[in-house]
Amino acid sequence: MALMTPDTRSKLVLVGNGMAGVRALEELLKLAPDLYDITVFGEEPHPNYNRILLSPVLAGEQTVDEIVLNRPDWYAEHGIALHMGKKVVRIDRSRRFVEAEDGTRAGYDRLLIATGSRPFMLPVPGAQLPGVVGFRDIADVGTMLEAAADYQHAVVIGGGLLGLEAANGLMKRGMAVTVVHLGTWLMERQLDEPAARLMQKNLEAKGMKFLLQRQTAELVAGAGGRVAAVRFKDGDSIPADLVVMAAGIRPNTALAESSGLHCERGIVVGDTLQTVTDPRVYALGECANHRGIAYGLVAPLFEQAKVCANHLAELGYGRYTGSLTSTKLKVTGIELFSAGDFMGGEEADTITYADPIAGIYKKLVLKDDRLVGACLYGDTVDGSWYFQLLREGRKLTDLRDHLMFGQDHCGNLGHQGQNRAAAMSDTAEVCGCNGVCKGDIVKAIKSHGLFTVEDVRKFTKASASCGSCTGLVEQILMATVGGDYSATPKEKPMCGCTDHTHLEVRAAIRDQHLTGIPETMAFLEWRTPNGCPTCRPALNYYLISTWPGEAVDDPQSRFINERAHANIQKDGTFSVVPRMWGGITTPAELKKIAVVAEKYAIPTVKVTGGQRIDLLGVKKADLPAIWRDLDMPSGHAYGKAMRTVKTCVGSEWCRFGTQASMEMGIKLEKALYKMWAPHKVKLAVSGCPRNCAEVAIKDVGIIGVDSGWEIYVAGNGGIKTEVAQFLVKVKSPEEVLEYSGAFLQLYREEAIYLERTVHYVARVGLDYVKRKVLEDAAGRRELYERLLFALQIEQDPWLERVNGKQAHEFTPLLAAAGMALV
Amino acid sequence: MSNWILVGSLSDIPAQGTRVVEHGGRRVALFRTAEDEVYALVDRCPHKGGQLSQGMVCGRRVTCPLHNWSIELASGQAVAPDVGQAEGLPVRVEAGAVYLEAA
Repeated sequence: MALMTPDTRSKLVLVGNGMAGVRALEELLKLAPDLYDITVFGEEPHPNYNRILLSPVLAGEQTVDEIVLNRPDWYAEHGIALHMGKKVVRIDRSRRFVEAEDGTRAGYDRLLIATGSRPFMLPVPGAQLPGVVGFRDIADVGTMLEAAADYQHAVVIGGGLLGLEAANGLMKRGMAVTVVHLGTWLMERQLDEPAARLMQKNLEAKGMKFLLQRQTAELVAGAGGRVAAVRFKDGDSIPADLVVMAAGIRPNTALAESSGLHCERGIVVGDTLQTVTDPRVYALGECANHRGIAYGLVAPLFEQAKVCANHLAELGYGRYTGSLTSTKLKVTGIELFSAGDFMGGEEADTITYADPIAGIYKKLVLKDDRLVGACLYGDTVDGSWYFQLLREGRKLTDLRDHLMFGQDHCGNLGHQGQNRAAAMSDTAEVCGCNGVCKGDIVKAIKSHGLFTVEDVRKFTKASASCGSCTGLVEQILMATVGGDYSATPKEKPMCGCTDHTHLEVRAAIRDQHLTGIPETMAFLEWRTPNGCPTCRPALNYYLISTWPGEAVDDPQSRFINERAHANIQKDGTFSVVPRMWGGITTPAELKKIAVVAEKYAIPTVKVTGGQRIDLLGVKKADLPAIWRDLDMPSGHAYGKAMRTVKTCVGSEWCRFGTQASMEMGIKLEKALYKMWAPHKVKLAVSGCPRNCAEVAIKDVGIIGVDSGWEIYVAGNGGIKTEVAQFLVKVKSPEEVLEYSGAFLQLYREEAIYLERTVHYVARVGLDYVKRKVLEDAAGRRELYERLLFALQIEQDPWLERVNGKQAHEFTPLLAAAGMALV
Repeated sequence: MSNWILVGSLSDIPAQGTRVVEHGGRRVALFRTAEDEVYALVDRCPHKGGQLSQGMVCGRRVTCPLHNWSIELASGQAVAPDVGQAEGLPVRVEAGAVYLEAA
């Protein structure tokens, strides 16, 4: 028996007690808490802290204690032997142990090297003088703070990200700061020249001085032996009581090299983060070279940590294939964002926007109609959106003409029209659903060491309900932890139960002809025995929409509303909305509704936005009886399904009407009745362009004109108003049915669960939809036929339950069983 | 033995499903996992009082239908980072019959 006792457990040693290494341990402990005896060595006399936040510590905005990520108790709780302040100087790979400076040894079965990087110290005379530091760790910050207390002149060599953050911090601490930079403009790896000039102007206004295109020749000592001046190649010199070297970082590979591991600008690793030299040895973080790149930002390190942990846990799936990174400067009041190839070359097109008076500059670089780079200064609101487009690499044909104006130029409700997190005060409400203020979010990010939007959501509930403030939350995260925040990866797994994406799962269900949830989970090697509330409803939908008539609907994998076929309310009662075709009713129907409302003492009767009547406050046990008495079809107001077809009165009555919109609406609603979908689907038909049925905010909107019907798709009137896009103009009602149905079937077959039509079309592009629905006539007819086939199988859910289906759902157990003493 | 009350049979509760029973003047939710374990909680989410009996059962947890809090069926504890405690009740399953302790 292979019991995991302390004696038989494998030994894992981590060299480097920093963010990358400890993150890998955290991920490993989640996957396999008992697999290893773990020992950690750290050169610094501190537990793992958030190195990204050293800049705010230097600037006096946070304390060292506040940036600690894992306190010593954390190591103790997980049985990790922690050696702080012990530098490992030797790895014996044949006898498999590491040895620290003081002689402490630890044996390993697997070894993880995460020694990070060192600041590159310019090889000039005087570089070793007192008062010359890099900007890397808590000790460096201590040296700078001491200097700031006693001295006046600081010189920062290097006008990159790190140099400017150091300069900003020292200036805040009261020093006169000059930034010396070799290049023509600042931050040339992140900004183009116009953006850098704007930034320089802003920083100069704050009091920072710049010397560009200057090469440092020597650091000159003063009387006491401390650095006193910086002399340049051209002979000029400036006073300097403190010199910060921020001319770049170098992977810290000395230990790895001395133990014979292949290094070349970093310890060379493969896609599992194992070194190419020794499969027992892993390296990750800034010290590792993966496919030629040593990453210096935290998001890629965390992606590496995940893969590495997965491999250490002997799960064997997951490969690291590299990361795209973006940059944000953590200097209060400076807004900049850049990502990808922001310079552009001969092959590329650039779109620029410049407003020098307002201090705003934006540049987008496109190649083959895809976004490949972005550089924003002064207004970075849309940074995360551009970054997403860049990672997705989607065609921008339909977006190109308003790309520059960003994502949020219209219709986002619920946070007072705010779309600039930086301009918001700490007490301003970010998440209107859960009442979360900006200050709460910033505090949670700092105190819990959060790096992803998902984590912020989990801890604060901000953006956890309707999600409309996700962009704001992402901006706050970026502003708080800088460009190091972990952006949602392009290929996001469906949920914690699997590493497969929604689209991969859909493809497997289709290609492998999977028809049941347990079968799908087994085939795709689900990690949990029966899924979670995120994946189960999605799987159920994918199965029944892919294999109608074959896959059996699983009520236990549906949310309560779709299980009870009514909407749960906050007090546990339900609401009932019977279907009224096209929003048209009759005195007989109204009488039935009135009788039911009185008989069951229904407290609220409300007219809905979808032109029907909602009975609110219904006891669950009364539902089947109410449905029986109503004797009307289900309105599916509770489902990810076709909800309503809103209509105006049209040419039947209206003196302006050009088409019979009520009749068209009823036809559409009858055709699509009982249609399950990835999310709710709403339609509308207007009889003339005056558009009284508000078709521009519907998933499918039809406008009657004198010569036929215009079909618009992918509108949305909810969280964020999105105007529907014109798809096609057709002649006859039959064509309206076929084109609308084909579009909806395409959406049903291809969208991700809980993706509205607007997001589906944004993802695949309207051109794609046009190819499938307009240009391919045979394909369109097949789509429509598949929809009709799926719909003829569905029964009215209320009628089924009136006839006794799923009776246990509505009956308390007491009534069924009675009580007995034993 | 005399203080256990029969409230139904295992087969009355769908696998990965729930039933409600009035017990000692309170509304109690019974949960059956995919592995046929049965748990009982007072039918009230510690967050905003949602009926846990209307939630989805996954593994040994139920998710509240109102705001998606996840509750451990065995302990009644909310899953971190949420903090809260639903009241659990002793439950026994013998020969396919489900018993709650007399209140």
